[in-house]
Amino acid sequence: MTAAPPTYDPRILKAPHPVPGAPDNWKRFFSFNTDAKVIGIQYIVTAFFFFLIGGLLAMIIRGELITPASDLVDRTVYNGLYTMHGTVMLFLFIFPVLNGLNNLLIPTMIGAPDMAFPRLNAVAFWLVPIFGTLLMASFFVPGGPAYSGWWSYPPVSTQNPLGHLISGQSLWITAVALSGVSSIMGAINFVTTILRMRAPGMTIWRMPVFCWTALAAQTLQLIGLPALTGGAIMLLFDLVAGTSFYQPAGGGDPVLYQHFFWFYSHPAVYVIILPVFGVFSELFPVYSRKPLFGYLFVALASFAIVFLGLIVWVHHMFPSGVPTWMRNLYMVTTMLIAVPTGVKVFAWLATMWGGKIRLTTAMLFCIGGLFNFVFAGITGVMLATVPIDLHVSNTYFVVGHFHYVIYGAAVMGIFAAIYHWFPKFTGHMTYEGLGKVHFALTFLGANLNFLPMHPLGLMGMPRRVSSYDPQFAFWNVLASLGAFLLGVSIIPFLLNMISSWVRGPKASANPWQAIGLEWLLPSPPPAENFEEHVPTVIRGPYGYGSGEPLVEHQVEIEQALLAMEVKP
Amino acid sequence: MTQANSSETLQAIPGEHESHPKHNLTGFIIFLCSESVIFLAFFSGYAILKLNALDWYPPGVEGLEISKPLINTIVLVSSSGTIALAEHFKARENMALFRGFWFLSMLMGLYFLYGQAVEWSGLRFGFDSGSFGGMFYLLTGFHGLHVATGILLMTIMLIRSFIPGNYVGGEQGVQATSLFWHFVDVIWILLFVLLYLWA
Repeated sequence: MTAAPPTYDPRILKAPHPVPGAPDNWKRFFSFNTDAKVIGIQYIVTAFFFFLIGGLLAMIIRGELITPASDLVDRTVYNGLYTMHGTVMLFLFIFPVLNGLNNLLIPTMIGAPDMAFPRLNAVAFWLVPIFGTLLMASFFVPGGPAYSGWWSYPPVSTQNPLGHLISGQSLWITAVALSGVSSIMGAINFVTTILRMRAPGMTIWRMPVFCWTALAAQTLQLIGLPALTGGAIMLLFDLVAGTSFYQPAGGGDPVLYQHFFWFYSHPAVYVIILPVFGVFSELFPVYSRKPLFGYLFVALASFAIVFLGLIVWVHHMFPSGVPTWMRNLYMVTTMLIAVPTGVKVFAWLATMWGGKIRLTTAMLFCIGGLFNFVFAGITGVMLATVPIDLHVSNTYFVVGHFHYVIYGAAVMGIFAAIYHWFPKFTGHMTYEGLGKVHFALTFLGANLNFLPMHPLGLMGMPRRVSSYDPQFAFWNVLASLGAFLLGVSIIPFLLNMISSWVRGPKASANPWQAIGLEWLLPSPPPAENFEEHVPTVIRGPYGYGSGEPLVEHQVEIEQALLAMEVKP
Repeated sequence: MTQANSSETLQAIPGEHESHPKHNLTGFIIFLCSESVIFLAFFSGYAILKLNALDWYPPGVEGLEISKPLINTIVLVSSSGTIALAEHFKARENMALFRGFWFLSMLMGLYFLYGQAVEWSGLRFGFDSGSFGGMFYLLTGFHGLHVATGILLMTIMLIRSFIPGNYVGGEQGVQATSLFWHFVDVIWILLFVLLYLWA
């Protein structure tokens, strides 16, 4: 503040204000609102509603498996339970919650006022409760919900013993197709926003890694999802119209469906884990007070994962009678994918190395998630090996590996993101004590639940059975206890979220001393973020410890934010 | 595409959430890339089923009649040229010729659909006649849906051209529709080769 007058006018930082015509209260979360920050919270809350339903199904499954006999639910019901557990958790929890984070973080991180297509964004969100209701309705149709597993392989999925047009399976396909439409709408929006709406000075090489990973993940959605949609359309015709795309009797091929399904559903795992890698890459520097190690390599590794992720799908089909050359080829590509993921893991470790580590709840979730991810990566390479895969295929080893990735790494990363950015988007701090209880229960529960699945699988216990040989009882009891611990772990989380939002301490603009455009906005940010006063980015992200500003006039912006907090 | 001229209102009302028009074409191109994968999936499914089939055609069917579909193909491919001419005249602000060629492209699209319907009604196999029947109706039907969508988009753009001053200084809706129409054409050429020429 010397003689030169600041060209940046601090008065432009206004107090948070609502979109004109929209209420600035809880009602906006129940309306067709086009503000990405409202939609983001709508996504996350809806996702956690379905998380509770999917979790309840898991509790019943683990309740059944705590004894060797099939004594809690009917076997047919059990088939419906694991099918719906998988479907709900993937299509109604993980994808929506990640789209919620994308909605909150992408525009604020790149300094855009909103998404490129706000109304398309709102439509994409409102499809979620619609297909969610559709899927839930399948519990009440004659014959019950779909029972062919979350992958819906024919011929099981094309059986329609009751002959009704509206069966659990046809509702399942319709819901999954609608979920695909919603995801494609979201992906077009996210990619366009990232490519076209970045702040001045924010070249693609200065973009936060979360945006890189979101761009990579959404590219995968755009390439992979249409293939699944195509396969699902053919499945629906086989089921309701009597075509024979997958019926060997009419010249069809059931393995063709597996190709369509895994061409998308394997990359789908990267769609899930890539944004979580983004979260790790954002949070480790903040809580270690060091720049992200090897930013360029971490960013580009995301696209190496996209490329390799598209040519590994056959590793799900090693026992499906695929030719030997295919098995060998896909074994190699699958193992290669450990390279870009390894680059990222070492970059995070190097970021933490010698850093001034703060063990906040968010950081604990990051470290726990990273630990579980490395474990899942090791079992992943084991599964990529054809002989091991043939031995453990369709056993609990696969279930254990998958849940380490999804719950152990992805869900823990999502919790980390929620604890980290909660103050930014609600304006309130969360309670650290409750958060740490939540972390301890989640970490213990997840490991107790999913670790015993590995010995079970190696011993030969098949998945998707409601009764099993008593020799498997010991590990199953442990797994069930872990599952119940996970069930309990959600209580401190919900308690924390609700009480913090209602009466948590007020959050400052930058409670974690983080570097990024989103932290140069008030908490919560106003409706159009920076509006037309977007700061010009002059440096790459993660300048921790350098003391150099990220944007022009950073000092003035920070002073204006401070002034606003002192006299609201 | 409907927010093409709202950039002034956008600046006038801060906080008003509208589509940012300059991104519509980007979004549409991304959508088309993604949409092409669904055709790619169907095409590869077709190829795999055909290569592995013992009896590809249902009993009593020798192959597909090619002359009428060929006329259809020529009409559809030519309509890519007429729609490009229409765009050319729009760029020169000759609205009469723009509307003329635009309308001609629509008529050619409608003729294609008519020809497709005539072909379907004369066929001696249904969608339940083995994997060939299913694939034939799936591919032509899904492509026909895209042709119909294209004609619908063209109708909307034609009506919007009568709003005074609407298309001054460029109109992304016209560009996007034209792009979509070329896309539908390219898909048809691939489809024609796979279904009719690959015996």
